[in-house]
Amino acid sequence: MKIAVLSGKGGTGKTTVATNLAYSLHKKGKKIQLLDADAEEPNSHIFFDINYTSEESVDILIPKIDRNICTHCGECARACEFSAISVSPKHIMVFEYLCHGCGVCSMVCPVNAISEKPKSIGKIRWGVTKEGISFGEGILNIGEPSAVRIIRQMKKHMNENVDDTVIDSPPGTSCPVVETLQNVDFALLVTEPTPFGLHDLRLSVKTIKGLNIPMGVIVNRYDGVYKEVERYLKTEGIPLMMKIPYDREIAHDYSQGKLFCKDKEEYVEEFNKLYTEIEAKVKC
Amino acid sequence: MLRQIAIVSGKGGTGKTTLSASFSYLAEGRVMADCDVDAPNLHIILKPEIEETHQYVGSKKAVLDQEKCVKCGICQQTCRFDAISFDGERYAVKEYACEGCNACVLKCPTGALKLVDSLSGEYYSSQTERGPMIHALLKPGEETTGGLIAEVRKKSVNVAHEKDINLIIIDGAPGIGCPATSSITSTSYVVIVAEPTMSGLHDLERIVKTVEHFRIPMGIVINKYDINEEQSAKIERYCDENSLEVLGKIPYDVTVKTATEQAKPVVFYDCPSANKIKEIWNKVKNIVLKG
Repeated sequence: MKIAVLSGKGGTGKTTVATNLAYSLHKKGKKIQLLDADAEEPNSHIFFDINYTSEESVDILIPKIDRNICTHCGECARACEFSAISVSPKHIMVFEYLCHGCGVCSMVCPVNAISEKPKSIGKIRWGVTKEGISFGEGILNIGEPSAVRIIRQMKKHMNENVDDTVIDSPPGTSCPVVETLQNVDFALLVTEPTPFGLHDLRLSVKTIKGLNIPMGVIVNRYDGVYKEVERYLKTEGIPLMMKIPYDREIAHDYSQGKLFCKDKEEYVEEFNKLYTEIEAKVKC
Repeated sequence: MLRQIAIVSGKGGTGKTTLSASFSYLAEGRVMADCDVDAPNLHIILKPEIEETHQYVGSKKAVLDQEKCVKCGICQQTCRFDAISFDGERYAVKEYACEGCNACVLKCPTGALKLVDSLSGEYYSSQTERGPMIHALLKPGEETTGGLIAEVRKKSVNVAHEKDINLIIIDGAPGIGCPATSSITSTSYVVIVAEPTMSGLHDLERIVKTVEHFRIPMGIVINKYDINEEQSAKIERYCDENSLEVLGKIPYDVTVKTATEQAKPVVFYDCPSANKIKEIWNKVKNIVLKG
């Protein structure tokens, strides 16, 4: 199964859940892969001792202009939907950071003055954790606008020779999240019991419903005070699958880059129980 | 002169909105701009009354006319974004993946594809107790986050000029990609909120480099610093080594949770974190308004 761990709001505990879930399933003998798709701010690696075995660049193709051939006709600039090329009678300029790498400019150039060259927007690192969990993470270069293509390439090249894959998703509901959710079997939402958490949970639920993926919710930092999240889930008929209590020890483990399941062994069982419930929902 | 302050953080959930909401009550005359259009929360605290709703058409998408389609597959081969699917019977455009580049339209031999405007979200001009607020909501699965943020920014500048207000406070988007950079471009000052965790420090380094890229002055706030004082000390050391000003350290305070649950700004309460936030605001105000 492929399980994506996500949340509308940042900082609710996606990484905590994804890393501890992967660890717990591995501990019970499953062959697990953990993918960190939060390529803007990948954090899963902090919780493991990873032996990196390979690295690949994620490239887009950007135009390379042969100035000896270019006639400054301006066709490319008119065709570019992203205003990434500017042409004047004497000059032609490519704004690399605006370029989406679609190839339209080279397609329309009447004199074939435009060829293409690769430009790296980030990378993917592959490895194995000390425990033996297969690991992959996307890393977006600073200054680059979008991690979508990194996520896409990571999912294309991921290890298919595992029992299950846990994906630590980016926050929000925009395109990197939708890309992450392609071809996953289950969406595991993490939220916190506050009006912020509830508001963003509603947005996530809307997104996932649109994609027709079965889902369940984990409430993190649960203290029993704010009940609206539970009420909302009940009316929507979305299963509340686990409550992780508000606990300073868990918070401290996170801050130190430590898996809380290692301190609280009972959660290894809890996460495996959660897995069994997810399995039942995916199969039906 | 108009000044703009952006509150950002690489990592989500560090307290951007909590800080922004309090700043909004401490500032004397401001326009608030919520640039986290993907998961906006500031309105929960500031309870704006929407005066105008604006549709945002930020992107174009290819649409396929099935009657004209001869199923040659050229569009699929042309598209660099894997945005054309084929289920064995018919081709279709995957709306979320289409970047609107027009390549498929140019290559289609039968004219079955065309590019159309696509509604990416809405933004709102609103009024709050303490002044105007501009906020937005992105349609789920959209990619034009940066464009919608630019609209929010533009509108808040216009409103500030109209109402003769000289300060805009921006609740920024998380991350380091286009939503984050659109929240900070051409601001006067950036406040980065960091949390004392290993991931907090890792993400702080990435957002600092991103802000440096735009050459905007910045200061760091460490939130819940006493959750892990060792990690806090590491952040301070990092700031020191990189000549970054630590504007203040906010203690962990249960009142913040209460305030969030009651949807009120923390500075409404008499508590240690509120006092610290006031101190931080005074520093920011001195740097930005007098500097």
